[in-house]
Amino acid sequence: MKNNLKGWLYLLPAVIFLGVFMVYPLIDVIVYSFEEGYNFASQSYTGTGLYNYSYVLRDPYFTQALKNTFIIVIITVPLSTGLALLISLGLSSIPKVRELFQTIYFLPYVTNTLAVGLVFMILFKKTAYTDGMVNLLVKAFGGEAVDFIGGPYWAKMFVMCFYTIWIVLPFKILILTSALASVNETYYKAAKVDGTRPGRIFGRITLPMIAPMIFYLVITGFIGAFKAYSDEVALFGTDLNAAGMNTIVGYVYDMLYGNSGGYPSFASAAAIILFAIVFTITCINLLLSKKSSVF
Amino acid sequence: MSNQNDYDRIERNAKRRKLIKNTVIYIFLAIWGLMVLFPFYWMILSSIKSYSAYSSEYIPKFFTLSPTLQNYSEAFTAVPLGKYFLNTLIFTLCTTVLMMVVIILAAFAFARLEFRGKNIVFALFLSLMMIPNELVIITNFVTITDLGLRNTFAGLILPSVTSVFYIYLLKENFEAIPEELYKAAKVDGTSDFKYLVRVMLPISQPTIVTIIILKVIECWNSYVWPRLITDNSNYFLVSNGIQEIRENGFGRENIPAMMAAVVVISVPLIVLFLIFRKKIMAGVSRGGTKG
Amino acid sequence: MKVVLDHLTKKFPNRNKKVGGFVVAVNDFTFEIPDGKLIGLLGPSGCGKSTTLNLICGLEKPTEGRILFGDDDVTGLPPEVRGVGLVFQNYALYPHLTVEENIMFPLGNLRGEEKLTKQQMKDKALEAAKLVQIDSLMERKPNELSGGQQQRVAIARALVKMPKVLLLDEPLSNLDARLRLQTREELRRIQNETGITTVFVTHDQEEAMSISDMIVVMKDGVLQQIGIPQEVYDEPVNLFVAKFLGTPAINVFEGRVKGGSLYIGEDSVLDVKGVDDRDVYVAIRPEGFIVDDSGRMKCTLLRREVMGRDSSVVAKNDAFIGETIRAIISSETKVDTSKPDIRFSLKPAKTYLFDRSTEERIRFSV
Repeated sequence: MKNNLKGWLYLLPAVIFLGVFMVYPLIDVIVYSFEEGYNFASQSYTGTGLYNYSYVLRDPYFTQALKNTFIIVIITVPLSTGLALLISLGLSSIPKVRELFQTIYFLPYVTNTLAVGLVFMILFKKTAYTDGMVNLLVKAFGGEAVDFIGGPYWAKMFVMCFYTIWIVLPFKILILTSALASVNETYYKAAKVDGTRPGRIFGRITLPMIAPMIFYLVITGFIGAFKAYSDEVALFGTDLNAAGMNTIVGYVYDMLYGNSGGYPSFASAAAIILFAIVFTITCINLLLSKKSSVF
Repeated sequence: MSNQNDYDRIERNAKRRKLIKNTVIYIFLAIWGLMVLFPFYWMILSSIKSYSAYSSEYIPKFFTLSPTLQNYSEAFTAVPLGKYFLNTLIFTLCTTVLMMVVIILAAFAFARLEFRGKNIVFALFLSLMMIPNELVIITNFVTITDLGLRNTFAGLILPSVTSVFYIYLLKENFEAIPEELYKAAKVDGTSDFKYLVRVMLPISQPTIVTIIILKVIECWNSYVWPRLITDNSNYFLVSNGIQEIRENGFGRENIPAMMAAVVVISVPLIVLFLIFRKKIMAGVSRGGTKG
Repeated sequence: MKVVLDHLTKKFPNRNKKVGGFVVAVNDFTFEIPDGKLIGLLGPSGCGKSTTLNLICGLEKPTEGRILFGDDDVTGLPPEVRGVGLVFQNYALYPHLTVEENIMFPLGNLRGEEKLTKQQMKDKALEAAKLVQIDSLMERKPNELSGGQQQRVAIARALVKMPKVLLLDEPLSNLDARLRLQTREELRRIQNETGITTVFVTHDQEEAMSISDMIVVMKDGVLQQIGIPQEVYDEPVNLFVAKFLGTPAINVFEGRVKGGSLYIGEDSVLDVKGVDDRDVYVAIRPEGFIVDDSGRMKCTLLRREVMGRDSSVVAKNDAFIGETIRAIISSETKVDTSKPDIRFSLKPAKTYLFDRSTEERIRFSV
């Protein structure tokens, strides 16, 4: 009996904090999402039903956010994973300067997303006073200067994806480099003695052996990209709806607070829709990885 | 001897192929290295250009001959950057310390203490790992508002002082410590708490340091929650400060001063990283994802 | 295929960068491996035997010297052109491929005229699998096999291309004692059947002696002695070789030669002709002792250990280097364990003298 008490005592702080800030909100958010016409000030609502969901799904800001998020996911997840794989492969074949490169590549991970986003904005922005650094390059290759921050949609999306990849790459490079390093050296020696071509070594030995890590990265990459928000704020400012670059998470926060804020019910509905999407895609990913897993 | 000629040719080809391959790899890696470093270079460069020099460059220059530190003093005087800094420091320290206490106690309970319901609670904890922050943040916002904790440190700190993932990480680590040590301590009459502090914590130091570092990085970069919970600039953290500076500070065009602020904000973490490089990278690859 | 190593030297940059310089793994190594023989490369760990194997196989390039396969100089060639098969200590079987796919893997690398059809590959794989008697396990994955079976798959994979030279790196060290005995006979059989020149590396002298046609003893990158096993055991050229071969280990004493007589402590234990007066190391094989009440060598008797077929006498002597002397005697020999001392006479053919400073063998006649 005394032991029981002691165990729970040690656990108490964690249980309280998780209860208040995780378990209760989880239930509450579902309740919110079905309460129609909830009023923040009076804390009253007019009815229950699916109205919040149908409102959100018909809100053009939400569909725009949905579209933006999907584009970011579809472009950045495969590109960043592929690029990270290429870089890690490169790193693993140059042992001499690997540490230096690894250190450099990891820098974006430890920087403040908002702060460096500002630098990216300046590099890409075209103003009355200057075309900006990147446009200098664009013109050098014979293109025409574009305002990547306040200009056409595709240009903004390009910067968005570029910055997202820049931010997520360090983690992926780190994971893949250690995955590659953990493949036993003798497999490569054995393949070399047999005269295996580099392409076949990669396809038949390296890839199957690091496949679990690649799947891990793809899954976490999907989850992360669906939750994209602060990178967008860093580049385009807090009013993402006006920039046409909002994301689902951004929509949730805007509904909660901000210029169009004060609607926790709509925010909850949007958050649950997001969770449903992420959950579905994660399940599909897991199924696929199980199916093709060779071990 | 024609065999020998063949062999010589094969040998030459192999050498040449290797050279080409290495050159391509180096060029490729160097290009990405440049892409990573360039924004940092540009932010430092812009921060030491004078405002007038910067504004007059229609075509930006890649270097400056008259560096100035003027922007840095402006960054600290024109906007309360020092205050943002201090706030972030307080926030980071309090959150990290509180979280360490909470998770160490919980991890110890799960790893070494026996009590009824332990397995069920642990399973529940694990299932909480799947819950994304975005889902619970809405109610938390309402809770903190109802408690009147907006624009207070308590409101900033409290929701992020537990992490199921870190409890899990630490519990695994605690369990790796041989149980004989615990039994020996019990035989000697050491109390549980004393054993935790005097034996387990020192042994688990590497993991604890890793968790602290990851949490500090997370705190230093946190943006979303502070933005929701503070609208009084007295409580802004650096991320919110940057956003504020961008939208209202300095006048929108004073980019050199903005860059100076960005440099100041970025430096602490980069210095921390360069000092603890190996620890941080090992810690992150063990399971930290950003955010 | 005859393999010739000609003044082979391999230096590695020192791992400890503060010290700098080079570590010489293989130093001026010259010897010829006759065609169709089974050769054991033997030495303590870190003596350069694995490096030598890697040099023959082509995974490492020598710093100096040449390697010849038959009459062809293959020194600079990449491994795949040399026609070698290599079996790794941990087998290096691809865990995601079946036994059959593992064995077929090297065949899939062939291109151009050599390219095989799927059926040809399957046939060859089956042939190799039959040779090592694992043809019933073709559909299994490596982690479903025992250590001994994995070893056989690794050998089949190395043999499937019919290499000119088969190289094995510590092939038996991952197996338990019983399997090791069985597998080493298997190895001998496979080598006999295929007739492929085979080199294997081991630190276990018993393993090397039992199956090799020739053994090569190495120490610190330097070749110590080459010969057929019995010859190397009977006639070691220096103290290292004498100590390295044989279990229980050879017994080494400090001794000196004076007036044609060998002294250990105060006892004159053996007449040695043709040796000048000098200090020497005396090394006596455990089977070199004869229990003899009138023997010339006196030791303190500690105990007798019975091991069945024969037994060992454990004794002490002040001139002995190490803990206790071990003499192997037949079980029928009577030893009076109530006495504090025991006397031995020595077999001259099992007693070796070595120079105190160079540790080279000093020959004597009785």
